Amino acid sequence: MDRATAGPRAVLTYLIRRLFAAAVMLVVIVLAVFSIFFLIPKWTGVDPATMYVGKQSDAQALEGIREKLSLDEPVLVQLFEFFKGIFFGRDYVGGGTSLHCDAPCFGYSFKTEQLIWPVLTDRLPVTFGLAVGAAVIWLIIGLSAGVVSALRRGSLWDRASMTLALGGVSLPIYFTGLISLAVFSYQLGWVSNEYTPMEESFTDWFSGMILPWVTLAFLFGAMYARLTRATMLEVMGEDYIRTARAKGVREPVVIRKHAMRSTMTPIITLLGVDLGMLMGNAILTETTFSLPGLGQAVLDAIGERDLPLILGVTLITATAVVLANLVVDILYSVIDPRVRLA
Amino acid sequence: MTDLSKTGTAPGEPTDERSPAGEHYLDVRDLVIHFPTDDGIVKSVDGLSFQLEKGKTLGIVGESGSGKSVTSLGIMGLHTVGQYGRQRARISGEIWLDGRELLHADPGEVRKLRGREMSMIFQDPLSALHPYFTIGKQIVEAYRIHNDVDKKVARRRAIEMLDRVGIPQPDQRVDSYPHEFSGGMRQRAMIAMSLVNNPELLIADEPTTALDVTVQAQILDLIRDLQKEFGSAVIVITHDLGVVAELADDILVMYGGRCVERGSADKVFYEPQHPYTWGLLGSMPRIDRDRTDRLNPVQGSPPSLINIPDGCAFHPRCPYADVPKGDVTRTERPELREVGSGHFSACHLPREDRERIWNEEIKPKL
Repeated sequence: MDRATAGPRAVLTYLIRRLFAAAVMLVVIVLAVFSIFFLIPKWTGVDPATMYVGKQSDAQALEGIREKLSLDEPVLVQLFEFFKGIFFGRDYVGGGTSLHCDAPCFGYSFKTEQLIWPVLTDRLPVTFGLAVGAAVIWLIIGLSAGVVSALRRGSLWDRASMTLALGGVSLPIYFTGLISLAVFSYQLGWVSNEYTPMEESFTDWFSGMILPWVTLAFLFGAMYARLTRATMLEVMGEDYIRTARAKGVREPVVIRKHAMRSTMTPIITLLGVDLGMLMGNAILTETTFSLPGLGQAVLDAIGERDLPLILGVTLITATAVVLANLVVDILYSVIDPRVRLA
Repeated sequence: MTDLSKTGTAPGEPTDERSPAGEHYLDVRDLVIHFPTDDGIVKSVDGLSFQLEKGKTLGIVGESGSGKSVTSLGIMGLHTVGQYGRQRARISGEIWLDGRELLHADPGEVRKLRGREMSMIFQDPLSALHPYFTIGKQIVEAYRIHNDVDKKVARRRAIEMLDRVGIPQPDQRVDSYPHEFSGGMRQRAMIAMSLVNNPELLIADEPTTALDVTVQAQILDLIRDLQKEFGSAVIVITHDLGVVAELADDILVMYGGRCVERGSADKVFYEPQHPYTWGLLGSMPRIDRDRTDRLNPVQGSPPSLINIPDGCAFHPRCPYADVPKGDVTRTERPELREVGSGHFSACHLPREDRERIWNEEIKPKL
């Protein structure tokens, strides 16, 4: 029964537990990715080395790669080299050449003769900027449209915004993206159709990102509007909302303080999943708008069968999903005190 | 105090009646609350009148769906909330509280009375308290809406109230969340929150229904003690006659949105005049009754409030519906008539039949 003083301490233990779980999850992911890229080819009788350079390469090159990646060594040694690369960096030695790869070493592309990590760090900010910007827009639009629809249920606003939301959910990005690009960029010339890094010019970057943001936000915002509306309707019928009114709380405060707090719970849960899943949609969005992000990189890598790059993107995407879920779990416990005990 | 007696006019409502200030503390006159739905009009309350004085307790008794909860929400001005969602309720009649008419008053003014002048205890404190805020925060909010004080003062007041309703270590429990309390403690916290502004009218809607039997008695004792201390008027809404026997000075029995019997607790318990009240008394389990005796529940189920039977709403379930001559019980709605001093009943049974049935058939079986 002595939980009265346990408030802040409960949050702290919860935090530590979640952090630990996230770390374990990351290690498991690295193991899984390693298995997919190194073990499964071995078991199925495919020489991994051919997958890294292509079948038409000469025997000498293949031998060099085998040596560089320690492919002839036992699996545990390969795994050790792999982890060592991530945390301390590693040296690729073999076939008469040697190459140092700094930590965190995510591999080396034999196709493009580039280290993977710099490619990833180059591209990550683009995708990150796309995701965060779009999320801000879809949250603002989705939440406000959903709340107003719930409070004015059955009104013209409600029906109009829910119809629009249905459209948003149904229309694919390459459709809305190309249409908006054609209208706002090529026809009207309001916004740029090229990507400019933020460091070069903030306004150009912003101008180039608006359409991708809005296109992506239209798709997701529609889902959020519908979810917000449904949750809000349910919450407004709860007993504790009636209690708040019975206390004499003003209606705007009832909505802002009492109802919104509960409505946020499922929204944040969905946000965690979506930010992780965004990768799939980022490929479409980045291709449509020619943004040099991770999505486009992985698309190119798949086309070129550039295995190390695919591996790198997979790792970084998985890490993003784990981190997004960690943030969501922490937010969740801040909002709902009952979660801290679970 | 803002003047609330300046009433607005509902369409087609005459407002020539003057404020009966000083006559009764709470005076409900011909209250009608209907909810239009897709299936028809739900007549939750259909012409209800009663009075209540300060320091007195009124028990409103009836089955689920008899309109008792809607009545209390109507008094609080909260009848648009709940089962029928945001659908506009049709409400008419008059509710006078301490000389002010509430039904036609400005909703903003009624809001200021809620929680300060009149407050409510709900049935299930787990769902009635916000799960995301500590007990202390919720009480502090209730206090600060109506009192211009800083958080520290309000917090001290919250701890004082928790102590008053018998919560141990109130200075620590004030920071607990509702889910960290037991059922009885939650209801105590709810009561503390309702009483934080010393309301003059307290409405307890099924205050013990969700609680353990052992805790029920404690909560009832608490409500009674607090009423003595604060001298408030209390309305207890329940389907449990035991609760009413414990607390009420007067009893109002509701059936199908109307009052079928009203009087002092003694009269209604010892000389009930309506077959429905007999049924309620007969369905009360008693420990001193022989175990071979069966309970005498009211047969059938409560009427649909969309389709209330013609005539006496109770006639399809009434074992004595055929006693009065003709088909008066099926065609004519019985008026509430005075059957003794301050004792009213709405029944077509002639007085001599009523007394005979009560004395010969009902009373010996109770």
